[in-house]
Amino acid sequence: MFGDYSLGDLGSIFVMQGFAGLILFSVYVLMALGLAIIFGQMGVINMAHGEFMILGAYVTWMTSNLFQTYMPSLFGGYFFLAMILAFVASGALGMLVEWVLIRHLYKRPLDTLLATWGLSLMLQQAYRSVFGAREVGVELPQWMLGSLHVTDSIEVPINGVFVMCLTVLITISVAYVLYMSRWGRQVRAVVQNRIMAGAVGINTEKVDRYTFGLGCGIAGVAGSAFTMIGSTGPTSGQLYIVDTFLVVVFGGAASLLGTIASAFSISQTQSTLEFFMSGSMAKVLTLLAVVGILMLRPQGLFALKVRK
Amino acid sequence: MLVGHQPKEFLLAVSGLTVSFDGFKAVNDLSFYVEENEIRVIIGPNGAGKTTVLDLICGKTKATSGSIQFRGKELTKMKENEIVQTGVGRKFQTPSVFEDLTVFENLEISFPRGRSVFGSLTFQRDQPVKDRVEEVAEMIFLKDKLNTYADELSHGQKQWLEIGMLLIQDPDLLMLDEPVAGMSVSERAKTAELLNRIIKNRSVLVIEHDMKFVEDIAHKVTVLHQGQILSEGTMEKVKNDPKVIEVYLGH
Amino acid sequence: MIINSRFFNRSELTGFVVLAAVLFVILPLSLDVFRLNLVAKYLTYAFVALGLVLCWGYGGILSLGQGVFFGLGGYCMAMFLKLEASSVENTKIQSTPGIPDFMDWNQITSLPLFWQPFHSLTFTILAIILVPGLFALIIGTAMFKRRVGGTYFAIITQAVAAILTILIVGQQGYTGGINGMTDLRTLKGWDIRPDHAKVILYFVEVVLLFACIGIAQFIRLTKLGRILVAMREQEDRVRFSGYSVANFKIFAFCMAAVFAAIGGAMFALNVGFMSPSFVGIVPSIEMVIYTAVGGRMSIFGAIWGAILVNFAKTSLSESFPQLWLFGLGALFIAVVLAFPNGLSGLWADYVQPRIDRLFASRKAKADWNGNSVADGAPAE
Repeated sequence: MFGDYSLGDLGSIFVMQGFAGLILFSVYVLMALGLAIIFGQMGVINMAHGEFMILGAYVTWMTSNLFQTYMPSLFGGYFFLAMILAFVASGALGMLVEWVLIRHLYKRPLDTLLATWGLSLMLQQAYRSVFGAREVGVELPQWMLGSLHVTDSIEVPINGVFVMCLTVLITISVAYVLYMSRWGRQVRAVVQNRIMAGAVGINTEKVDRYTFGLGCGIAGVAGSAFTMIGSTGPTSGQLYIVDTFLVVVFGGAASLLGTIASAFSISQTQSTLEFFMSGSMAKVLTLLAVVGILMLRPQGLFALKVRK
Repeated sequence: MLVGHQPKEFLLAVSGLTVSFDGFKAVNDLSFYVEENEIRVIIGPNGAGKTTVLDLICGKTKATSGSIQFRGKELTKMKENEIVQTGVGRKFQTPSVFEDLTVFENLEISFPRGRSVFGSLTFQRDQPVKDRVEEVAEMIFLKDKLNTYADELSHGQKQWLEIGMLLIQDPDLLMLDEPVAGMSVSERAKTAELLNRIIKNRSVLVIEHDMKFVEDIAHKVTVLHQGQILSEGTMEKVKNDPKVIEVYLGH
Repeated sequence: MIINSRFFNRSELTGFVVLAAVLFVILPLSLDVFRLNLVAKYLTYAFVALGLVLCWGYGGILSLGQGVFFGLGGYCMAMFLKLEASSVENTKIQSTPGIPDFMDWNQITSLPLFWQPFHSLTFTILAIILVPGLFALIIGTAMFKRRVGGTYFAIITQAVAAILTILIVGQQGYTGGINGMTDLRTLKGWDIRPDHAKVILYFVEVVLLFACIGIAQFIRLTKLGRILVAMREQEDRVRFSGYSVANFKIFAFCMAAVFAAIGGAMFALNVGFMSPSFVGIVPSIEMVIYTAVGGRMSIFGAIWGAILVNFAKTSLSESFPQLWLFGLGALFIAVVLAFPNGLSGLWADYVQPRIDRLFASRKAKADWNGNSVADGAPAE
């Protein structure tokens, strides 16, 4: 299998394959972060999470079109505005959905799963009606095109590096918000003991709504980043939802660190396997491994041992 | 006084039992012994580990170390349903009955027959089952409610129903977690009467805060504090133990 | 099947008679063969919905991977039919005659080992039951013995559905890939394609469906049915009444898998092909919709759910393809939010009382015991 390659070539291939894995890792982390907040902190299964991500992608696409038409000179920086708009749009929709739908179902987690699946069908159709069934691609600003030449045989695409930096930045902000800020403490208080949190004066309903909104907003940003490396269609979100859920569950639902570790191991396994076999078999093997490990260790990689 | 005995002579022998949750030892190196037909009451302040002890015996929580021997069988290695089948019954603190089933069906499910998948498919509601269900229903004051769905019962009636479900299992060791909590005065009296009737010919392990109730029924009292035994013996002895007065009764 | 007041209570008896009349008499008399065949296709999902009533409605175990079992049953049947359609004479023009056409297109030169036993119809029928049953047994044992349930179980079954779909699509030399197994022709020499065969297959399917209804109703009425209800409410109390909760969940899950597989096998026979588009995440979740719409606690409700939602899907997606997904999504949300007991719940709340009143006023009031608890008791 390796006969045709020199040792140096092999090294480069592994580095570049590893880099491809890192991009996949970034997408997983960005999607899983929002999901980990919603599922891990609130116990809500949001099957429409992918559609919130796609909303962010469409918002980015529209922003880039706007800039292209009206402000071509500023096109190089449209992405930063687009990201904020994507966050606001997905977050606002998330809060609306929480108010209309989710808050009635907190005691019936399996039913949330079904209801949000219904929501995802409606959103998909809405995207199809508004933006058309065809996939749309965002035009990248000039500075994001091309590759960095690390060595003679190793080169990495700039947009990939950008997405990765973005992922790191967002992860740090989420960790800060959740673990350092007053609001993050309120969220964790509500998770641990809803009644007590209410009793000490935390508005638990408001915390729920903002938590759900934050999770969806992060999905929007993920969608925004997603446009840098792929095109967007009405059903693109659905392709990732199961993978992302596995990432969150595999990591241990309530652990941010676990989510990152599991996103890393799943994406690296998949992209490394892709080098040896077809993409579909690589995916099958990766998913099988994850499901197999989850059967042996249902609590995921990182979990606290607590008295039930 | 326990030193000379072999644990086998006891119905239940708990020795060196420890469980820790993330480093916190809820039960710490606990040992105690329950004899045949003994009524043992466990008391202690909140967080002393009383409910955890029952959880450990019935298998709901797995011990970190130590042993629980019931009639010479090691319970720590068994599954919950196997522990029940060896003769240990457990009532929970909050009434847990099947609200979508009738009183009759609740009792019938607890009847110790046809507990495998195949057994429950071929289970017949024959005369011995009906007789036993009616007999127990009468004991727990629910004879005229056999066809009532359990969600229509009062809190006290649900507690009785759960006690009835244990009775029909006919366990050798009955464990009750605060059986009179949340009951009205008249329900409380009726429950005491009920318990006094059902504790015959079996050993009972009770957690209770109501001191009057404890004094009425206990042969022996174990006082738990921070996962360890603070004092053990007759009610008289325990009541006068200065350590107990300090941490518990004094409040 | 014994139909007496003990096996069915009065409202169930009404449900049984109505369903039997519609499926055995009214539809065959009023529909042309094409439409009747469509109903046969809808009914294949009724098997899945029936299984979900036991597993989800009664046992509280939501499986989002019923498409896996539907697919396994369907593929087992399709493999037999495909082999029969790929006789040496039929496939003379291939470079390797005697193997299915898609294998030939993928440069496979001999029949793979796991295909060999599907020459036998007996083996195929056993496989339709046993392959999905064993697969469910393995998944169920691994998950339920470790107390994995609820949403985790749902996600994992969904992942299994995704894995199987990718696998079938990816291994097209062995499975026919994304197109599936098409051009199925005969069953033991009997052509399944002409109109009269379709009518016969329809009736075979309806008889099988009623057999499965009988089995489900029998299970519901035994102590096992009551234990499933008990388990859904107070799992610990069941455990501490001396039952192995895991075993009962495994049983319910396996029954649901076997019902789904029978549906899948009937699909291959009635529709004449099998493809991965009936295996994956989307079809699996749609199967849950049928059950939810019909009523997760009601055997007859779930069957009506499967028929009506599919009927709506066919007619709406023909005339308003855009509206269909909106409608389906909205229906799902509405059912979950407002009518958790689905159509059967609405029936029990609004229609049944009127019928009861009618009966009560007609009959002498003396023998009216006032104890007619409608089926589909409210559940959260």
